[in-house]
Amino acid sequence: MGWLPAPVERLLDVALVGELTVIGRDGRPVTHPLIPLYDGERIYMHSSTLFSRKLEHIKRDPHVSISLTDPIALGGLTDRATVQGTARVIEDDPHSQWERLILDLWRKKEPVIDAFLKMRVALPLFFERAVIEITPERCLLWEDGDTGRAPVESVSPGEAAA
Amino acid sequence: MPRIEKEDLSKLAEYPFVVVSWVDDAGYPMSVATEFRADTSTGTVVLEAPAGEAAAIPTDRAVNVLGSHIRPTPGQGYDERRYLQLWGTAGPVADGSVVFMPSSAWGWDESEIPFFEYSERSVPQSRRYLAALSEEKGRTIRPRLSLGWLFLRTTRLPFLSATFVPVLLGLAVAARSGSFDVWLALATLIGGAFAHLAINVTNDIFDTLSGADEANVNPTQFSGGSRVLIYDLVTLRQLVALAIGLFGGAAAIGLWLVWATGSATLLWIGLAGIAVGIAYTAPPLKLVYRGLGEIAVAIGFGPIMVLGAYVVQTGTLSWEAALVSVPVAILVALILYVNEIPDRVGDAAAGKRTLPVRLPQDVVTGVYLAGAVVAFAAVLGGVIGGLVPVWTLLALLAAPLAWRVYGGIRQFYEQPYALMAYMGINVNLHLYVGGLLLIGYLVAIAVDLLT
Repeated sequence: MGWLPAPVERLLDVALVGELTVIGRDGRPVTHPLIPLYDGERIYMHSSTLFSRKLEHIKRDPHVSISLTDPIALGGLTDRATVQGTARVIEDDPHSQWERLILDLWRKKEPVIDAFLKMRVALPLFFERAVIEITPERCLLWEDGDTGRAPVESVSPGEAAA
Repeated sequence: MPRIEKEDLSKLAEYPFVVVSWVDDAGYPMSVATEFRADTSTGTVVLEAPAGEAAAIPTDRAVNVLGSHIRPTPGQGYDERRYLQLWGTAGPVADGSVVFMPSSAWGWDESEIPFFEYSERSVPQSRRYLAALSEEKGRTIRPRLSLGWLFLRTTRLPFLSATFVPVLLGLAVAARSGSFDVWLALATLIGGAFAHLAINVTNDIFDTLSGADEANVNPTQFSGGSRVLIYDLVTLRQLVALAIGLFGGAAAIGLWLVWATGSATLLWIGLAGIAVGIAYTAPPLKLVYRGLGEIAVAIGFGPIMVLGAYVVQTGTLSWEAALVSVPVAILVALILYVNEIPDRVGDAAAGKRTLPVRLPQDVVTGVYLAGAVVAFAAVLGGVIGGLVPVWTLLALLAAPLAWRVYGGIRQFYEQPYALMAYMGINVNLHLYVGGLLLIGYLVAIAVDLLT
C-alpha cells in the first residue's frame, strides 16, 4: 500500500492538473502540466504519442517529480506538495493498453473522457497513448501552500530503510 | 530552445505564481511553487525564496520557471490552457528573494495556437516516437482505428450525400417522365457511391504525395483530406489497393448498367465521370492544382451524375435533367470552394493553386455569393421557363443558409476552426437544396398521378 501523507493523497485524488518535471536530453529540467491519477500506491500520468518527448526523456532518465500547486486545479485545496519518484513508461500497445490500465481512474476524475473517446475517429493520434507509472520515493508538503515555511518531508519506507 | 524574448516575461507576469524546478543533488527533479515578479526592464524574474534547505533554489545549475493556467469546465474538459516555461540560472538569496536570469523559453497558449493545430503540428513527433518504439520492441507499432471507423475516415464516407443528391434527382426526373426501374436505380446509386469514394481515396493519395495535406496544419472535418496516410493509419499500398478496388467496383457496376440498358450514351457519361475524377488531382492535368477543381467537381457531381442516372432509366438525354443539375452542380462546387479556404496556406505551399489561393479575400467571398445566387436563379428560371415543376421552388427555402455561410466566410476567413461550423452549413445547403428539389419532384409526380 501507499505511504504518502494523507493531505498529499487528498491532493492527488482531486488534482486535475499536476506539473510533471522530467530531465531533458541536456540535463535540464522540463515541466509538463498533466492530469495525475492515483491508485493508492502509485501515481499515473499519460501522454499521447503526439506529445511524446517527455516519454523519451523519462526512458533516458526515469527520475521525475510531480508538483501539485494550483488551487484552481485542486478543487480549492490550498496545500501544495512535490512528490519525487522513479517513472516507468508503459508503451507495449499505445492503442489500447492505457485503457486497461488507467481509463477507470481517468473516468472518475474526468467523466467527459468517455464522450471524447467516442470521437476517437476525429483525433486518432491523440488517443494513441503511453502510461507513465511513478513510484513515489520522497514527498514535500507545504501546508496551506505556504512556501515561506520549510516543507514537511516524508520518504518511502524503502528509502528510509536505505 | 528558443531564445528569451521580452514578450515572454510580459506573458509570464500574467500568471499568479510560478513553479521553479531544478535537478537536485540526488539526481531527481525538484519543484516548488512561489510568488514572483517579472522585471521586463532587466529581463529577469524576481522569485520569493522558498524556505528550507530542501526547497532552496540552487545557483550552480539550470533552473526552470513555469507559469501555467488551465480552467476546468465540468462535463466538457478544460479551456484557457496555456503555459510558459523559461530556463536560466538563479542568483543567491538576497532580502528573501532570488533573481532568475532566463536565457530560453518555450510554451503554448491555445488562444494563439488552437489545440487541433497544436496536435497537427505534433504529428511528426508521433511518427518519430512510434518508429523508435517499433525498433526498440522489434515489431511494427502503428496507430490504429477499428475497421469501420478507418473505412469511414479513409473514404470520407459522410460526403456521399454529394452523390446521392444528384443521382436521386436524376432518378426523380426520369420517374416523372414515366421511366423508373428500382433495380437499375439501386445499381446507379451504388455505382455512383463506389466512384465517389474511389475519387476521394485517389485525391488523398495525390494530395499526400504532393505534400499538400502534410503542409496543411489546420485540417477540419471538412477539409485537409482524410490524413490516414499522414497519421500512418494505412500504408500507401493499402490506399492504392482500396482505390483500385473501389474504381473496379464502380466500373463493374457501370458496365453492367451499360449492358442492361444498351445505352452507349451511358458508357460515354461514365467514362467522362471517371476521367474527370482522376484528372481532378492526378497528373498530368491535376485540375484542382490549376484552379479548375470547382469546375471539375461541378461537372462530375452535377450533370454527369444527374444525366447519368436519368439516362440509365430512359436511355436518352434531357434538357430538364440538365437544368436540374445546375443548382446542385454549383452548390457542390461551392462546398469544395469554401473547404479550400482554410486549406489555402498548405495548398499554396504545395503548389496547389486553388481559387482561394489565387484570389483575394473579398473576391473569394463575392464569388461565393454570386455562385449561390446563380444556383437559386437556375431553379427560378427553370420554373418560369416551364422546364421544371413549380414545386421545385421549395428549394428556395434553403436560400437563407447561403446567406449565413456568406456571413461566416466574411467573418471567419482567417479562423479555420471558427469557419468549420459554416463549412457544415454549406454542406447542408447542398443537401437541403437537393432534398427540396427531390421533394418538389415527388410532389409533382404525385400530383400528376392524381390528375
